[in-house]
Amino acid sequence: MSDEVMNERGVTEGSGPVTTLTRADFASDQEVRWCPGCGDYAILSAVQGIMPELGIPREKMVFISGIGCSSRFPYYMNTYGMHSIHGRAPAIATGLATARPDLTVWVVTGDGDGLSIGGNHLIHALRRNVNIKILMFNNQIYGLTKGQYSPTSEQGKVTKSTPFGSLERPFNPVSLALGAEAAFVARTMDIERKQLPAILRRAAAHRGSAFVEIYQNCNIFNDGAFIALTSKGGAGANRIYLEHGKPIRFGDDAERGVMMKPDGSLAIVDIKDVGEPALLVHDEHRDDPGLAFALSRLANGPTTPTPLGIFRDVERPVYGDGMEAQLRRAASEQGPGDLTRLLESGDTWQVGASSN
Amino acid sequence: MAPDGSSKIERTEVDRVVIRFAGDSGDGMQLTGERFTSASAFFGNDLSTLPDFPAEIRAPAGTLPGVSAFQIHFSDHDILTPGDQPGVLVAMNPAALKANLKDLISGGLLILNSDAFERKNLDKAGYATDPLEDGSLDSYQVYKIPMTKMTIEAVKDFDVNKKEAERSKNMFALGVICWMYSRPLESTIAWLEKKFAKKPNIAQANIACLKAGHAFGETAELVAFEVKPAVLAPGRYRRVTGNQALAFGLIAASVQSKLPLFLGSYPITPASDILHELSRHKNFGVRTVQAEDEIAAVTMAIGASFGGHLGVTTTSGPGLDLKSEAIGLALQLELPLVVVNIQRGGPSTGLPTKTEQSDLMHAMYGRHGESPLPIVAAYSPPSCFWAAIEAARLAIKYMTPVILLSDGYLANGAEPWRIPSVEKLPDISTRFASQPNVGDDFWPYLRDDDTLARPWAIPGTAGLQHRIGGLEHADGTGNISYDPDNHHYMTLLRQAKVKAIEEDIDPLEFDADEGAKVLVLGWGSTYGAIGAACRRLRLRGKKIARAHLKHLNPFPKNTEQVLRRFDTIVIPEMNMGQLSKLIRSEFMIDSISINKMKGLPFRAGELEEHLLELV
Repeated sequence: MSDEVMNERGVTEGSGPVTTLTRADFASDQEVRWCPGCGDYAILSAVQGIMPELGIPREKMVFISGIGCSSRFPYYMNTYGMHSIHGRAPAIATGLATARPDLTVWVVTGDGDGLSIGGNHLIHALRRNVNIKILMFNNQIYGLTKGQYSPTSEQGKVTKSTPFGSLERPFNPVSLALGAEAAFVARTMDIERKQLPAILRRAAAHRGSAFVEIYQNCNIFNDGAFIALTSKGGAGANRIYLEHGKPIRFGDDAERGVMMKPDGSLAIVDIKDVGEPALLVHDEHRDDPGLAFALSRLANGPTTPTPLGIFRDVERPVYGDGMEAQLRRAASEQGPGDLTRLLESGDTWQVGASSN
Repeated sequence: MAPDGSSKIERTEVDRVVIRFAGDSGDGMQLTGERFTSASAFFGNDLSTLPDFPAEIRAPAGTLPGVSAFQIHFSDHDILTPGDQPGVLVAMNPAALKANLKDLISGGLLILNSDAFERKNLDKAGYATDPLEDGSLDSYQVYKIPMTKMTIEAVKDFDVNKKEAERSKNMFALGVICWMYSRPLESTIAWLEKKFAKKPNIAQANIACLKAGHAFGETAELVAFEVKPAVLAPGRYRRVTGNQALAFGLIAASVQSKLPLFLGSYPITPASDILHELSRHKNFGVRTVQAEDEIAAVTMAIGASFGGHLGVTTTSGPGLDLKSEAIGLALQLELPLVVVNIQRGGPSTGLPTKTEQSDLMHAMYGRHGESPLPIVAAYSPPSCFWAAIEAARLAIKYMTPVILLSDGYLANGAEPWRIPSVEKLPDISTRFASQPNVGDDFWPYLRDDDTLARPWAIPGTAGLQHRIGGLEHADGTGNISYDPDNHHYMTLLRQAKVKAIEEDIDPLEFDADEGAKVLVLGWGSTYGAIGAACRRLRLRGKKIARAHLKHLNPFPKNTEQVLRRFDTIVIPEMNMGQLSKLIRSEFMIDSISINKMKGLPFRAGELEEHLLELV
């Protein structure tokens, strides 16, 4: 029935020209209002930059967000968009993507929006494998409410709401996503000029839920949260780039690596001590998420060598596809919906003369 | 004539009967009631039913909290309620007797499973002495029937174990009652054969019990009655519960609006049956998602509405609390959304399986900020069908969330329903925006002059890309606006949009005796009880008027005019006077409230007594 309706109204066929779009075509006429120096600018630019490559008309794209600094994102995209309420974007996107499998739906969220008030929707969207792309900007702080600790802030964090230090252990978002059965899980940073767009492309190409954690510097309330990875020297020493099919190694001279110990846990080692063949070879497509999870536990917070890249990319049945299949099955088994037949189903009886 | 063709039985003709089946929650009393109801419907009686079951799935067997009951009122004329007090009580154990005897009319018929009246069960029910022996039932007409023994005897030739055999005793009881009221057994037999198609021995055992009960009634020469078929408007009928009618109404709204139906719902009593029913009808393109929580359920529906579907969420009071913020979002986005609230006793978890009308104020005002939205209320089980279509019509036409109020009594209660002709259902289709509306631009909040509705432009429509959000925005462009004058203007505009709907809904009808000075005003499920009470007053020669609101926001345009025709307005409500407050604040018209917060619907008799003092 949905196809009929859409066609009747000439809506699904209204696709504009696809070929000649540029980055500028995806920028809306709204003035961007993040703080000067915010990491969000770089992410916006990267997203607008890859959009023309996807070959998807703007009208088929929808950006949905919740509340927070990151959630202003849809206003700046010349696509369809919704700036909704705190934490609910994954659920709204689930409804939209399930109703309209023809659309490409992106969710933009933050560490507070996605992991605190909206944590439930995030894990269930990943579990269902709804066809949505979730970009979680992680700045480890509440920015829009002016600087309270977030569920990814380090333990002991001193903020306006925790003058004696936060008592809470933070979430590791990649571990959380893997634990929620996510099929595509990646991590990158706002300043990753090459890796960020590359991962966005891969997320866009993945059918089903894609979860991308993006370390994003809040230069007002949490400046330098990722300094261990972004400082001179930190890039080499602490960014572990995951590449599919390759041994996991890092360091200014690629002199260190990741090895699996006999007890099954992972360890950071000097290659000169163990030899290159001992290094773990990264496999994004491994069905069992155990190794991806172990990789996500190498660093508890971005203060030590931290893996960046695609932790997991496997195929799982997509929620919307299953829904469409059930609709088709029902229509073929029960016949197309007939309202008269529905109302007259079950026990009926005639009073007086039959109208037939 | 008796159903078996013998005509020697003397049957006393009566115009209406109220029977209550009561037993342990594992005794199958709901099913027994349902089957008796079907048989009565086939026979052509008018009827109304009221199930009453505990919140626990299986409370300890034999105890008072575990008692489950089903009441049916059937008659040879049109009736409006499931009946005040039963004239017949079927009690399968001492607890069922104890929990329900107080409602039985004096001199009423008591049909008891005497096998269950053993010491252990008497203790569980708190009987110091056996009521079958101690004379405490002397003022009733008592039939003690060893149902368990006779059931086991009836099934001994079938390959069923003792537990299965005992479970068939509800069919024995049904057989007895069917004989007493001259109900045909065929529909029940056919139903059993279908239900147990894969277990023919169970089907045959149950049928044997049904027939054994029927034969017992005849051989024991129990009292026998006849309730003639009612004179109902000609047409094809079915029996429908409120939740079923509501689900059918949502599907009809989808068909009539040419919009695919999307339901986001989280299981909650007493609304879950709508989710169950809709989930069965995917061949209509119905998408149902059992969400992770109430908030996800409503926000998924909002997402689907954004995509051009008819977004619906169904819930009960506690769920409505959780959905409030999201309903405010839909209101601010100005997207169609139908929110169905099957009210139950509150606050908090309250009385999940019992009825109440205590969410009217919540529907009106239960959101932060100035956040008006239309409210539609069903008033009988079949009317839930109309209410669903009406809620969808308003949501689509005015681009607004609409709250549909039903309640536990309507949800589970059943009445015969003259199946409407599909050709006569209203066309509620709309048009999606397809073109820019200001030069080459598309303004998402450029309104229709008549309805004040904004255009509905759905993703996939080239050239109409736009962003909407919960932040206050300028009318027209929809751009974020913190301008003080704009917020003042938008607040008034959102109210004006809802108010204007009064031009588009049926006026308030009233039914008044010549010279009546008292008007009984109701809303929701009090419809039947108010109607029956007024009918009784008229039979006593009293003059009375009545009116029933089906739209609570906005009120029908003539509401004040109707109310001012009468000296006294009486408003019975299953709450502390919520409609009274609204009427007072809207029209400065005072009223007399009749309030009941017992988790049970009004009885016609109690309303009659209240009203008698006023007319």
